[in-house]
Amino acid sequence: MTNVLWLQASGCGGCTMSLLCAESPDLIETLEDAGIRLLWHPALSVETGAEARALLEDVAAGRVLLDILCVEGAIARGPAGTGRFQMLSVTGESVMAWVARLAPVAGHVVAVGSCAAYGGVTAAGGNPTDAVGLQYDGAHPGGLLAEGWRSRAGRPVINVAGCPTHPGWVLETLMLLASGEAVALDGMGRPRFFADHLVHHGCPKNEFYEYKASARELSEIGCMMENLGCIGTQAVGDCNIRPWNGEGSCTRGGYPCINCTAPRFEDPAHAFVETPKIAGIPVGLPTDMPKAWFMALASLSKAATPERIGRNARADRVVVPPTLRRPK
Amino acid sequence: MTRLVMGPFNRVEGDLEVTLDVVDGRVAEARVNAPLFRGFERMLEGRDPRDALVITPRICGICSVSQSAAAAQALAAAMGLVPAPAGAAMAALIHAAENVADHLTHFHLFFMPDFARPEYAGRPWHERAVERFTAMEGSAQRRAVQARAELLHVMGLLAGKWPHTLAIQPGGVTRAPGVREKARLAATLRAFRRYLEEVLFGGSLGAFAALATVDDLLAWGRGDVGLFLEIAADLGLERMGGGSGRYMSFGAYPLATGPVLARGVWDGKLRPLDEAAIAEDLSHAWMKGATAHPREGRTEPDESMASPAYSWCKAPRLAGQTVEVGALARQVVDGHPLARALSGGGVLARVTGRLLEIARTQEVMERLIAGIVPGAEYMARGHLPRQGEGAGLVEAARGSLGHWLRIEGGRIAGYQIIAPTTWNFSPRDGSGVPGPLEAALVGLEVAGDVPLSVQHVVRSFDPCMVCTVH
Repeated sequence: MTNVLWLQASGCGGCTMSLLCAESPDLIETLEDAGIRLLWHPALSVETGAEARALLEDVAAGRVLLDILCVEGAIARGPAGTGRFQMLSVTGESVMAWVARLAPVAGHVVAVGSCAAYGGVTAAGGNPTDAVGLQYDGAHPGGLLAEGWRSRAGRPVINVAGCPTHPGWVLETLMLLASGEAVALDGMGRPRFFADHLVHHGCPKNEFYEYKASARELSEIGCMMENLGCIGTQAVGDCNIRPWNGEGSCTRGGYPCINCTAPRFEDPAHAFVETPKIAGIPVGLPTDMPKAWFMALASLSKAATPERIGRNARADRVVVPPTLRRPK
Repeated sequence: MTRLVMGPFNRVEGDLEVTLDVVDGRVAEARVNAPLFRGFERMLEGRDPRDALVITPRICGICSVSQSAAAAQALAAAMGLVPAPAGAAMAALIHAAENVADHLTHFHLFFMPDFARPEYAGRPWHERAVERFTAMEGSAQRRAVQARAELLHVMGLLAGKWPHTLAIQPGGVTRAPGVREKARLAATLRAFRRYLEEVLFGGSLGAFAALATVDDLLAWGRGDVGLFLEIAADLGLERMGGGSGRYMSFGAYPLATGPVLARGVWDGKLRPLDEAAIAEDLSHAWMKGATAHPREGRTEPDESMASPAYSWCKAPRLAGQTVEVGALARQVVDGHPLARALSGGGVLARVTGRLLEIARTQEVMERLIAGIVPGAEYMARGHLPRQGEGAGLVEAARGSLGHWLRIEGGRIAGYQIIAPTTWNFSPRDGSGVPGPLEAALVGLEVAGDVPLSVQHVVRSFDPCMVCTVH
């Protein structure tokens, strides 16, 4: 059995809500089948108040050996470094202090969601509560825990980033850890099994992208990169390879990818749904592509846009179907 | 007198601490503390107004769409924009699916597991409660988690994902459903109805929604609802944690033809809602400033956390009085006879309000899907003003949610939010009047370190603490 203690720090609880959307098998069965037992979870466990406090003390004191600590939400360090913007009820200690006590006794520490990983939305707009991630402060290594910090198993914090996280990302990370398999991490501490993909991969708007046939207003089905702030070509995540809630994703829902798996996504230097441009050219072009080549290909493909694709891009549904080629 | 401080209070959304002064085994005074402050209203200042649609849903992972809907409505009001009617209908469907999913989560994961506790061993219903509702194990929990995930396919189809969608916009929705979405949505809702009728209610939703008296309710006798009602009768949940009988609803699911559930205030008589009479009192909140209407309100935390304040939560009042909000309030204001018969009630009344709403909202969702017209306009276009203001008043699962937005120079100059649990779990006001939960706990019999009566009463409100302070 692998045990998991889950704490909710300064966040919205949405990663737990998303986790409950796991399917085939559902959350309860997936954990059970993988031999993962939740020691305590604030939304799911029966233990409350004094019972929960006793359990946390047992873990902190090493009387119960902790395999995995999951933290959801950022660490509020304010006001003035006291952590008192989030006190763990009745204990007289901040959640910041509790996480600092519990992390060293955990085999692995998993930051669930972009808040726990990097600070996320809790650190937005001037960061009123001086929030940081577990081992990152935005994109800078070192958050509550120092850059060189390692868990009992010798690993850095695993950043299952996302706002919210996909239930599969969290469960697969836990299953891999439970079975003793290595979870390879990318340069921002995110599991590579989802972070090696881009949101662009499998995006249903790919044909529009190929021709830079762009939507100009939300609800038009064209590509949202040129005008509507979509960062799917740069954002990591397999969101369009594995669906959300049955068959969804942000771009499938008709709104842009806002790069929610990345540090500092919460404060772009522009409105989320507007692509910043210099002299009419979007800034922030796809990664791994020389800018001159991108510009050359974009202008060529734009000029070659078939009428079907151009018209559909500006409509809220397919108005021109594909031309049928009859077999000879 | 003994003082009992309870927390961390789990199986509520977010952080909660409850302090009880107990005299002769009964609560003499209660104080409710929301111990988490994040400062969303401050984060929004200076931003592009449209950013509110990204930032405010992330206040709360369980009422995320409600926050979207309130932000979209506030923006639309500032823009002078009327949403496309078909778009408004899809926004209502997305919102209704969240509210029903939240009610399901509350009943199965948050509220019922307390009845499976060993303290209730020997009660005639206890073995069944253990089998159905033990946390993370009960057979009813498992089935509900599956049914909820499948219901939320509505989000995958219309809203991209849940939580935290950008699909709801001031002018409507970003994805126009076609014939195949209509067929698929209908299938999802038929499956959900089958689950509700076979498992949760053990009978027809129409029959449950038609119940008009408390006696008929208690005689329901079927499904997990029947088990709850049996427990409620045995433990006297009807008398536990009674409310003031004053209820408020902003009116749920605004369609072109008006809200699906009525807007208003009930205090034994139905009255129109006077939005201008809302004010937030800061006397017992760790906040600086004077009592103000949210249009003029500010959020300036008192970092010294000085007494007599004891919570980050402000104390909203309507014409100087507390009001209770939530599913029961909505159903009472809407005039449902059973809800009216339960008004002023405690644990039984609040939980029944939610069950009634699950039954009634299923029918609303089915109607909205049947009304989908492929090819209709789902988004109206408008322009943001350089100066302006607007309010978004919606009904989240847990009750009335308001956003008040002020735009200056094309940026957000002021943004104030009053969430449902801000109303229900408010601290005292300047006159020393306790908030609705604080009042509901007074007189309650308590025993032991983890008094179960307190668990039932607190959870009967289905608090969302992350929304409360935001």
